[in-house]
Amino acid sequence: MSGMQFGIFSVGDVTPDPTTGRTPTEHERIKAMVAIALKAEEVGLDVFATGEHHNPPFVPSSPTTMLGWIAARTSKLLLSTSTTLITTNDPVKIAEDFAMLQHLADGRVDLMLGRGNTGPVYPWFGQDIRMGIPLAIENYALLHQLWREENVDWQGRFRSPLQAFTSTPRPLDDTPPFVWHGSIRSPEIAEQAAYYGDGFFANNIFWPKEHFQRLIELYRTRYAHYGHGTAEQAIVGLGGQVFLRKNSQDAVREFRPYFDNAPVYGHGPSLEEFTEETPLTVGSPQEVVDKTLGFRETFGDYQRQLFLVDHAGLPLKTVLEQLDLLGEEVIPVLREEFAKGRPADVPDAPTHAARVADGPAARTGTATETVEVTA
Amino acid sequence: MTRIVAVTAGLSVPSSTRLLTDRLAAAVAAGVPDAEVRVLELREYATDIAKHLVTGFPPANLREALDAVASADALIAVTPIFNASYSGLFKSFFDLVEPDTLTGKPVLIGATGGTPRHSLALEHAVRPLFTYLHAVVVPTSVYAASEDWGGTDGLDTRIARAADDLTALLAHRLPAQRTEPELIPFAQQLAALRPSSSSDG
Repeated sequence: MSGMQFGIFSVGDVTPDPTTGRTPTEHERIKAMVAIALKAEEVGLDVFATGEHHNPPFVPSSPTTMLGWIAARTSKLLLSTSTTLITTNDPVKIAEDFAMLQHLADGRVDLMLGRGNTGPVYPWFGQDIRMGIPLAIENYALLHQLWREENVDWQGRFRSPLQAFTSTPRPLDDTPPFVWHGSIRSPEIAEQAAYYGDGFFANNIFWPKEHFQRLIELYRTRYAHYGHGTAEQAIVGLGGQVFLRKNSQDAVREFRPYFDNAPVYGHGPSLEEFTEETPLTVGSPQEVVDKTLGFRETFGDYQRQLFLVDHAGLPLKTVLEQLDLLGEEVIPVLREEFAKGRPADVPDAPTHAARVADGPAARTGTATETVEVTA
Repeated sequence: MTRIVAVTAGLSVPSSTRLLTDRLAAAVAAGVPDAEVRVLELREYATDIAKHLVTGFPPANLREALDAVASADALIAVTPIFNASYSGLFKSFFDLVEPDTLTGKPVLIGATGGTPRHSLALEHAVRPLFTYLHAVVVPTSVYAASEDWGGTDGLDTRIARAADDLTALLAHRLPAQRTEPELIPFAQQLAALRPSSSSDG
């Protein structure tokens, strides 16, 4: 697995199938999610990422439980999240859960941190939504330290102090899981990712590209500013959403009722308007290839491409067919095409093995600039 | 060149709201020699406005209209009064302007209605909307009821006075605050949370 990584990310929504009116049970949806993950490995995808939600109609409230199950039944698939809530989860528990998962999965683990977009989740976990950005900053600073120092003395604003605390188990091979920071609008999060030399994932699926160009450009510039490499060497991930059939017309005909009733964009713009303005591609494998290759023109060479394929009430059987088409006709072409003209100094997508090989210096993840403090 | 954008939310064609808008625009243009007036008929953007509301981003056509509002030197904003307030279409459009877009911008507000009893809707609904958006609303607002169009009770005078207000404001504009928010370096964000170094800790 070198160069770019390709995978899928799931929101984990329980949505009625608009063509049948049938809503899967939570049990069926959870089993479908893990079946989709196993299929992802089978068809040669690199990454499966699950969302984290704590309210209906979503099921994945316990990501490491789900990913642990998948880890036991896969051997190559990299397990990730989209996103892990850095604001409302205790960073101590994140440190423990993901280190444990890392051991069980033999290093096939990374995670994407995000603030979430559900306001009420903050009080459910004893936090204050007005503190969203400060929580993301402080909690990650602690998580970062817990994975890199054995005895942690710590005092902050949002949780009880720690004295000589050791988070167990220690990260596999003393190498913490790679961290992506996901954001759709906050420059502060791009700045945070750049400061640590972590990855930045722009979930660009619902909005036009201009917005994300600005955000990714900021991240790349600041990544270079903090001395982690050139702007072109910053670690970027992007989203996408696709529905494929061999023939474009079949894809459009089959997907339209799902689009028209989808919780996120249904009852608004037409399928044609939405595909024109956003990364959504409904069509043939070639159309998906063309659209995805276009992301490089817009955002530069990048490391990870995740597709959303299991939403809007699509039945499991259909999703598995999507994965077959992705694995057979899209991903191999994308691997080949993205490799062409990729500068040698653009880093491969991060893996545990590569990070271990790079040694401690490569994973300390602190900025090397002399920090200017303005008055 | 002084760019004046007139946003008008009448629903019928022709509409008395558009009629008032044109009268206001002409009066302003008469007092501003280099004025270039553009009229945005919100009716033509109705479905694009709905799409923006549900997706979070504007179709290209609407984006161009919102940009025109953002870059205007002054606005004329005219709505029919429905159920004692601005129309839903009018409000939906101004719900979609980005924060700070109207900061410091001179705005002339007008409204139309079937009865003069709704004239104060301009003062209790439309003016607070623009005040919230940090626009500078001229003191004279212009309400035209059906009977005003045939009467001689001063609609012309009110239009002229409101146009004079806007012209005067254009000469003494407050600074627009359209600068991008400054990026706070991460170390500073982090330091602000440290108990040892925070000013209030």
